[in-house]
Amino acid sequence: MDDILIIGAGQAGMQIAVSLREHGFTGPITLAGSERATPYQRPPLSKGYLSGEADLESLELRAQSFYDERNIAVRCDDAVVSVAFDGDSGVAMTASGARIPFTQLALTPGSEPRRITVAGSDLAGVLYLRDLADADELKVRWGSANNVVVIGGGFIGLEVAAAARKASKTVTVLEAADRLIARAVSPITSEFFRQAHSRRGIDVRLSVQVSAILGADGVVTGVLLAGGEVVPADIVLVGIGVIPRSALAEQLGLELAGGAIVVDEFARTSIPRIVAAGDAVLMPHPLGRPGMVRLESVQNAVDQAKVAAATLMGVREPYRAVPWFWSDQADLKLQIAGLSTGFDQTVVRGDPDDDHFSVLYYDRGTLIAIDTVNDASDYMVVRRALGQGATISPELAADTSVSLKSLLVAATV
Amino acid sequence: MPTITYISPNGMSTSLEARVGDSVMEVAVKHGVEGIVAECGGACSCATCHVYVDGPFHEAVGGPGDLEDDMLDGAASERLPHSRLSCQIKMRDELDGLTVHIAPEQL
Repeated sequence: MDDILIIGAGQAGMQIAVSLREHGFTGPITLAGSERATPYQRPPLSKGYLSGEADLESLELRAQSFYDERNIAVRCDDAVVSVAFDGDSGVAMTASGARIPFTQLALTPGSEPRRITVAGSDLAGVLYLRDLADADELKVRWGSANNVVVIGGGFIGLEVAAAARKASKTVTVLEAADRLIARAVSPITSEFFRQAHSRRGIDVRLSVQVSAILGADGVVTGVLLAGGEVVPADIVLVGIGVIPRSALAEQLGLELAGGAIVVDEFARTSIPRIVAAGDAVLMPHPLGRPGMVRLESVQNAVDQAKVAAATLMGVREPYRAVPWFWSDQADLKLQIAGLSTGFDQTVVRGDPDDDHFSVLYYDRGTLIAIDTVNDASDYMVVRRALGQGATISPELAADTSVSLKSLLVAATV
Repeated sequence: MPTITYISPNGMSTSLEARVGDSVMEVAVKHGVEGIVAECGGACSCATCHVYVDGPFHEAVGGPGDLEDDMLDGAASERLPHSRLSCQIKMRDELDGLTVHIAPEQL
């Protein structure tokens, strides 16, 4: 009987353990994580957990009894620091000195925030938001903070900025690029969010460079911009992207690219008996388009974990899930289906000024993705269409008097 | 603590105690009730926690909000008059005894 170790107790790691039991695996499963809590949801950390609407218990992905009943050993608060595998069996060592033997291995290490390196980055009150410990630190300072400066206009930064504005704080967003969320959405959606957040009272600055973070008595007081301006700050929240955690993959000699673990469509690493899933993984495009992608999302963590678990059980299930994503910012719900990279045409449905619209992305006339703001209907239609290989003609899609659903046609490819 | 009963498509019944404030979805997922998938974890973004609310609780539970309404239109199983996404039903004391029927298809 195999002895399966999963390193990384986040969404992907948890899902691999659950899926293994669903496949009927009855051998030992160990889920090893570095955090103090059993696997929990990260998305609410920048929303409900910050506002106090959600507590840790409500964030837990599964109750302890769930793991006990399925004989899944969850080891928290004890990071795996080294791992070795000879092709048939291996052993992992934890920070506390525990030794975990295994015959099959899954890596779900996740990612960590990219750190800012300007002068003053180590001041108290310069914060990141990735895990529960980060969120708790942010919450400690949240109540008494009036001025919140967010460095980085991506999803995390904008979600925290929106939450801060809702809590009546003075909020400034500093983005180095010339538009918001530039890696994930088109300029149309970027510009919408700039205007929408500005209307709600957030000072959004694009194309700005941070020269230093200023402080007094070891605590942050402001951010110095390249032009000499100082933006006052009680909290500086830095959201400038994440870096895959690859130290253990390196120890194992796995192929990496740009720091990410390279896998095939079956979630197999360059050592095929070792699988990997989640944020730290670079994989073939799940819808068969050219190139390799790394996806930082709950959907990818869950769906890729299911593929990885199947592979561990000797079942070949290629990863073919439609990528989808959401971001809640104030009263704006952004939902994305598909991956828009490589688009050559966009069609806007609705009016961004109404806080209710969609952007459909096409490549040579074929629908490849959609961004929607407060329009779950269009989002769901496109998500299903992409899953079925169907498309919607760009000429017809712009007519909002017609529902997208009625425009679906089966793909000819 | 209020109790929720989940009826699966094959007729199997599971009753669980809920904390006030937890959603009907959360209680199910945390205890491994099959058929409530809840891919997005409760953000009203996936429509994979679709349930049909049982008769006596129609009024107390109420109908969906606008976003949920749109998501339900795209759910995998047939939408019925008392369809809800269980992530959007928060437990309160007066919902003690709530029974929901899990939709047959979620994905």
